[in-house]
Amino acid sequence: MSWLEPSFAAEGERIMTICNACRYCEGYCAVFPAMEKRTEFGPADLGYLANLCHNCGACLPACQYAPPHEFGVNVPQTLSQIRIASYQLPRRKTVLMLGIASAGLLLLVLLANTAWTTLFARHAGGAFYDVISHDEMVRLFLFAGAWALIGMGLVFATRYGAIRGVARADYGAIRRGWSDALRLVNLGGGGEGCIEEHERPAQVRRIYHHLVFYGFLSCFLATIIAAFYDNVLGWRAPYPFASLPVIFGTLGGIALLVGCAGLFSLLRERDAALSDKGERARSMMLLAFLFATAATGLLLLVFRGTAAMGILLILHLAIVFGLFVTLPYGKFMHGFFRLAALVRFATEQGD
Amino acid sequence: MEDVLVIGGGNAALCAAISAAQLGARVLLLECAPKDFRGGNSRHTRNIRCMHDAPVDVLTDAYPESEYFEDLLRVTGGDTDEQLARLTIRSSSDVRAWMAAQGAHFQPALSGTLQLSRTNAFFLGGGKALMNAYYRAAERLGVRIIYEADVRKLEMSDGRFVAASYAQNAAMHRVEARVLVAAAGGFESNLRWLREAWGPAADNFLVRGTPYNMGWVLRELIDGGAQMIGDPTQCHAIAIDARSPKFDGGIVTRLDSITLGIVVNKHGQRFYDEGEDLWPKRYAIWGRLIAQQPDQIAYSIVDAKAQGKFMPSVFPPIVADSIAELAAKLDLDPEALAQTVHEYNAAVRPGTYDHKILDDCATSGIAPPKSHWARALDAAPFWGYPLRPGITFTYLGVKVNEHAQVLMQDDKPSPNVFAAGEIMAGNILRKGYLGGIGLTIGTAFGRIAGVGAARNVMA
Repeated sequence: MSWLEPSFAAEGERIMTICNACRYCEGYCAVFPAMEKRTEFGPADLGYLANLCHNCGACLPACQYAPPHEFGVNVPQTLSQIRIASYQLPRRKTVLMLGIASAGLLLLVLLANTAWTTLFARHAGGAFYDVISHDEMVRLFLFAGAWALIGMGLVFATRYGAIRGVARADYGAIRRGWSDALRLVNLGGGGEGCIEEHERPAQVRRIYHHLVFYGFLSCFLATIIAAFYDNVLGWRAPYPFASLPVIFGTLGGIALLVGCAGLFSLLRERDAALSDKGERARSMMLLAFLFATAATGLLLLVFRGTAAMGILLILHLAIVFGLFVTLPYGKFMHGFFRLAALVRFATEQGD
Repeated sequence: MEDVLVIGGGNAALCAAISAAQLGARVLLLECAPKDFRGGNSRHTRNIRCMHDAPVDVLTDAYPESEYFEDLLRVTGGDTDEQLARLTIRSSSDVRAWMAAQGAHFQPALSGTLQLSRTNAFFLGGGKALMNAYYRAAERLGVRIIYEADVRKLEMSDGRFVAASYAQNAAMHRVEARVLVAAAGGFESNLRWLREAWGPAADNFLVRGTPYNMGWVLRELIDGGAQMIGDPTQCHAIAIDARSPKFDGGIVTRLDSITLGIVVNKHGQRFYDEGEDLWPKRYAIWGRLIAQQPDQIAYSIVDAKAQGKFMPSVFPPIVADSIAELAAKLDLDPEALAQTVHEYNAAVRPGTYDHKILDDCATSGIAPPKSHWARALDAAPFWGYPLRPGITFTYLGVKVNEHAQVLMQDDKPSPNVFAAGEIMAGNILRKGYLGGIGLTIGTAFGRIAGVGAARNVMA
């Protein structure tokens, strides 16, 4: 059986055929020039086009054939449905339960294994390892990290084959694909902005997405530097406020808070016709987890000198753990598919 | 009482409403369509034809006023008002800056329309995106907009506008205003009116654009003493896929296969030179040609050599492995079609095929000839597309002066009635068409009418 339900495949083909005869939206993003190179739209083509689409929404209000026109063309929503199908993820509820259960379980285990006197004591300089031992923490996050990495690799490798191109990407195409992805050039309605509430274009979605992405990267970098300090240089956490891990972690954490809250509220207020319900729910789930990670991380930094440190540390670790465990099965995967589609787009356009 | 009443909801109406509101007038705009279908035929447009003396933003090379005007003379056969035409053309040189200030975005010519990259500035996302931007601009300026307001009656007294009455939710409403801007389009959606001009043939026409251009306001103005301009029986029509919806099929229903093969009528016979000239110069005559054929239907037939060589169409071709099979699928007499194809193939003379130029592949000894791109139809599979006339717009309008004021029977301008857009385009264009000039006329006169209306109120 194909990964794409026949009804989605038929609707995608129908809509792309109309778009290909019209082409008015050509200037909005990569989807339309990529479409124009095709005359047939099978599941592999649709999967590729769907992953090029950043869901800025600009082409829906611009479309003379949008519902209630009898042609009923809704490109953003149709591609959103096909895109989320192309990831072939477990059911939303399953992923949510997995995230809550793994975070909750770790929370309980850590609480049960920490003496209350230790947990609520004030630790000099916020010494995390007095609460959770260094080796335990390393074991825990080696496991979570390996789970996430292997899981993401497996999900991507087994799914992306269905929509990959045949042409080999050269260096220039790879560079352009990365550049398009990192700058989100396709998330801006061709310069006009994304469609937000009341069909008003604006650039805020792109800005919030940048905050989330680079905030996440900054936090990730902070963790890598900390791991290097700890395991190679032998400098034990916690690190002073002026150290690289704290600076990157703080900046990244604040960016994540603002970006996640911003994207979350945009999604909540956004016209439901612009995307698939399931994709939206998965986006919100990821945003909530990232927000909680950043919030507990920053609280831990602020209160690391107080008696609340122990409980905040355990809470933060549990949420990070739940985030890592669910990364391969949620919206986080869109980044890899998007990047691959953009590299393919650069390859095709360069021909 | 309103200051300025704008009737219509397309490009010209919005340009007028915005321009009047910018000068401080209180503006009420009555759009007959529901919000989802607002924008008249402008929602189906995609570019505006602009003069320019050097490469500028999205436009390549130069398109000077003289060439623009010559192009207009060519398509209209010289039947234009030179003063108004030059006014329109000149206003197009800096119009993009004004449009951009109202939220318009431009892009280079769309793929498949590169022949327009020099003369036409394309709207990012097309005409509906432009209309959305204009409606937002109008709302920001405080223009009051009422949708589904179907104006049926104008009260005029000695050439002066007094009030309009519109139907909404099965009730009539009357609105008085000091100035009227009529920008309500032509009458191409009014099937009864079309039948008056075309007879029963009109029943087989499809309307490419909005179903809301009923021509009520145009007729009310004429009945109120405005001078008519343009041939009341003429309309601009192209060949579109016969399977298109009755209304609002827009751009995707056009078919660009005609020059690549042959076109036959319902008797399986050719009736016009398919290769007379380059397609962009000839596409606009095929609506009328098909309208003159029995039952207003025709069929474009191409073979495997043409496939993939024209813009993809929205409806799939009817495919067959032989001409006889194709005839059966198209409901044509197989023998008649086979005979037509046989005669055509036999008349094809050798040449060097090049679809980009007027090549030397022509027929000899048949009537009508095919003057260019004539190649035998001999490579299966064969594709067929049914064609019908698709009306774009009508030419009948009201006469205006350079201030967009409507001229009354006594040749004097009405003191408070302005017109803009398709409802007065006949002043400049009474036959033929120049791609993108509809938007140029609508924008030029919409702005003139809006400014004139506001000054009239302030005076």
